[in-house]
Amino acid sequence: MSLWSRVANAVRGEQLSREIAEEMESHIAEAVEQGRDPDEARRALGYNYQLRQQTETSYEIRTVGWLELLRADILFGWRQLKRNQVTSTVAILSLALAMGACIGAFRLMDALLWRPLPVANAERLYALSREAFDLQGKPIRSEMWAYPSFSLMRDAVKDQAELIAVSPAIRTDLTYGSGQDMEKANVQYVSGSMFQAFGLQPALGRLLAENDDRTPGSHPYAVLSYDYWTQRFGQDPRIVGRTMRYGKELYEITGVVNGPFTGTDPGTMTDIFLPAMMHPLVTRSDASWVRTLVLIQSDTALEPLRQRLSAISRAFEQERAKGFTGADKIFFQKIIDATLLIEPAGAGISSLQDEYRNALGILGVLVAMVLLIACANVANLKMAQSAMRSREMALRVAIGAGRGRLVQMLLVENAMLAVLAACLGGLFAWRSAPLVVTMIQSYDSPVRLLLSMDWRVGGFGVGLVFCVLLLFGVLPALRASAVKPVSALKGGDDDPHSRRRLMHGMIAAQVAFCFLVIFMSGLFVRTFESLSNKPLGFSPENLLLLDVVAQPGQPPVVWDQIADNLRIVPGVERVAIAGWPLLSGAEWNNFVSVAGGTPSPMVTYLLAISPGWSETMKIPLLGGRDFRPGDTAPGQAIVNQSFVKTFFGGKNPLGKTFQERENHYQVVGLVADAPYANLRDAIVPVAYIPFHEVNAQGVAQPETQETFLVRTSGSNPLASVLRQAIPQARAGFRVSDLRTQSYLVRAQTVRERLLAMLAAFFSFVALLLAAIGLYGVLNYSLQQREREFGIRIAVGARIADIAWQATSRIFLMVMTGAVIGAALGIVSVRYVETLLYGVKGSDPVMLTGPALVLLAIALLSALPVIARASRIDPKIMLRAQ
Amino acid sequence: MKKPDSLQGTLDLLVLKILSRRPRTHGYGIMAAARDCSDDLLRVEEGSLYPALYRMEEAGWIRAEWIKKDTGRRARVYELTAAGKKQLGIEESRWQSASAAINQVLRTV
Repeated sequence: MSLWSRVANAVRGEQLSREIAEEMESHIAEAVEQGRDPDEARRALGYNYQLRQQTETSYEIRTVGWLELLRADILFGWRQLKRNQVTSTVAILSLALAMGACIGAFRLMDALLWRPLPVANAERLYALSREAFDLQGKPIRSEMWAYPSFSLMRDAVKDQAELIAVSPAIRTDLTYGSGQDMEKANVQYVSGSMFQAFGLQPALGRLLAENDDRTPGSHPYAVLSYDYWTQRFGQDPRIVGRTMRYGKELYEITGVVNGPFTGTDPGTMTDIFLPAMMHPLVTRSDASWVRTLVLIQSDTALEPLRQRLSAISRAFEQERAKGFTGADKIFFQKIIDATLLIEPAGAGISSLQDEYRNALGILGVLVAMVLLIACANVANLKMAQSAMRSREMALRVAIGAGRGRLVQMLLVENAMLAVLAACLGGLFAWRSAPLVVTMIQSYDSPVRLLLSMDWRVGGFGVGLVFCVLLLFGVLPALRASAVKPVSALKGGDDDPHSRRRLMHGMIAAQVAFCFLVIFMSGLFVRTFESLSNKPLGFSPENLLLLDVVAQPGQPPVVWDQIADNLRIVPGVERVAIAGWPLLSGAEWNNFVSVAGGTPSPMVTYLLAISPGWSETMKIPLLGGRDFRPGDTAPGQAIVNQSFVKTFFGGKNPLGKTFQERENHYQVVGLVADAPYANLRDAIVPVAYIPFHEVNAQGVAQPETQETFLVRTSGSNPLASVLRQAIPQARAGFRVSDLRTQSYLVRAQTVRERLLAMLAAFFSFVALLLAAIGLYGVLNYSLQQREREFGIRIAVGARIADIAWQATSRIFLMVMTGAVIGAALGIVSVRYVETLLYGVKGSDPVMLTGPALVLLAIALLSALPVIARASRIDPKIMLRAQ
Repeated sequence: MKKPDSLQGTLDLLVLKILSRRPRTHGYGIMAAARDCSDDLLRVEEGSLYPALYRMEEAGWIRAEWIKKDTGRRARVYELTAAGKKQLGIEESRWQSASAAINQVLRTV
């Protein structure tokens, strides 16, 4: 009989008994047929006594003994769970919530940070980055390299490792037909050798190869990802050989990658791979735009490799620095002195990772904390329950149950609880993780993560069940099984104090974790508040932003004409043009020198604008004049207050000049400060220059891309009208994106909002759990001491004394927990500092807040217990006992 | 699996031998066969027979099957497996050597 059939036998125990009985019946019938007396035959088989025993031994042989016991335990455990429905429901729900949050957080972190790329040798994949210190001594990191630097490094270490250049995935406009049918897709420039190095195969056609890494600009081939081929082209096999226009270049699609590979940028799924040689900046030494991935050979030592790469990179930068003087040179020395780092990148490398690594880490800690609280809670509930069951346990011990059996029985019950909770929690995580991903969406670059529920998540879930079981199940089970039958059966608990001490310790731990969660969420909520309430310096309401592209580029006057066309659309109040909107994340900065001096050590930010821009943005003009139609760049400039403070010592800037590279500007106007690229940074010096750009001969330069800022009179839906108005105004112009300024402002706080919302949610859950836990323990200790209180009341104790007696220890525990939590909070706040804004962890308000909340919760959960204690009637109580 | 003591070994040997001669016999049949072949000298107790059958089934020496008899009653019949045939050989030789040993003792003492 195989193990399987034995397992099967254990499950179908009843059928087995029936079969054995039937066989016995058949035996007796046979005997009677042979002429034996039925009674005698039965006796021979020992029907009354022997058969039972015999069936049982027979039965035991046909099943695995422990499996049968397990089955019994599961049935019994299920009955126990059903009997204490309220406790079980509370336990399962609170565990499910906490476990679900953990699984959800794991899914997110796994998808973004840990899951290996679906390529061969992901475990041998590393990425290069540089760490330098800026002029203020703060560390700055860069993962970006100039292509010439990359190619020097690649050739130098060819024998030890394969270097692969990949650009970040960019969401961009391209077309498979005419210029009017532009569409968005994610494009990533990669080394041609990448596909072979990653062991990727074509599903169709051919992939890029090393031969596509030869000459800048002469490999116009594109490879599609399988996902994109499916979504966009419905797996049309005729795609190979079709052309795609992106920028000025016409690309031929050569093939489709087989498998789930969608680039090396977790968070963005690459649709189209282009050879790095086709990037417009591929020959430039001063433009860093590629990430360098390193696929090492299995026997390569990292440190010597790092040193070789570092030497080459350093030599490259030194060569480049030769032409620099002054502040540039000091600044550049920092770049030369940068440390080269080589770090594992098997999970890919993306800016989304950098942005959310810390935030997700904090989230992970918060959910772990909630899980600990939930476990402490359930452990307490179980322990209180086991006090009620101590007689049952004592009886079991008295009739011969071993301790091992009791522990197994209780553990099975607890394991069922944990598994039920994990299933519910998995469901919760399945729904909630994608929700979080949609929360970090930004408008123009949808975040797409592969959130699969696979063996990694499953394994984590199983691990979690074991952890949880260890945390809440083992201790109460051991505690309950250590019952001393004599004292328990006599009616008294064996040692109420040790059990209560344990429960009180759990309460303190729970409160400490709860404090920490509330403290953290307080910090995040404050951060979000101070960022979103930060004065902007401009008015984002009713401001539409149209990113417009022209193919080929058109001179500024044509752009002005389009702006004029927009001004006559009903509902439009003002129209201005800028290189890009404020707070869009785009930035352009450089060193400037004032009055012919050396360049300053502080960079100035620049933005090209049209006349009427400050009025459209509602940024007050504090002095001088706005741009006029004849102003050009180089030529005139408007600066902000911060620029004046930095470069002119706060004195009147009007009429003064400054120089950016070889371009000279005269300040004609002064505007109020406004944030430039992002809300978190301090206000930077900004020079606004006319978007009418001219070359040295004074000839206007064509522009391919500008943003129209349209202030409307109300929230009337002008968007579609404007979208059509632009191509109608002039052929060759097209709206590539339509956003609102309010959206950009909101997008600045996406991460903060996410953290604040989730942290607030988790602190709510933590509080709820803590309240349940407190109530449970208070209620239990009241039940334990009802007799004592009855006597106390009988001999004249007042209600207040009783209330104090019943709750004082718990309050002491709450205080202890809060103090521990505060200490933990103060210690841990430095790990979250980078995520905070406008709030200090050492702020006493941030520390007293959670303490007060916890105290209030403790009082609230004590009230019903105190009420019950005050209703104890000594006469009834003592008579009942 | 416990060590085969001599008594159990004997019962196993009997059952295996009977089943090798008369495959597809039910429990009662085995009992009757043991009695008949030994001219009523050997008796297999029902209380030991069935556990022994289940044990051997578990060990994979015999396999069981429900059949429908002419009387309409279902009966569980047993037959040897390949492993059972091998086991029968082992048991037989063990019995031979044991009985030879005992005979020798009886003769010499």
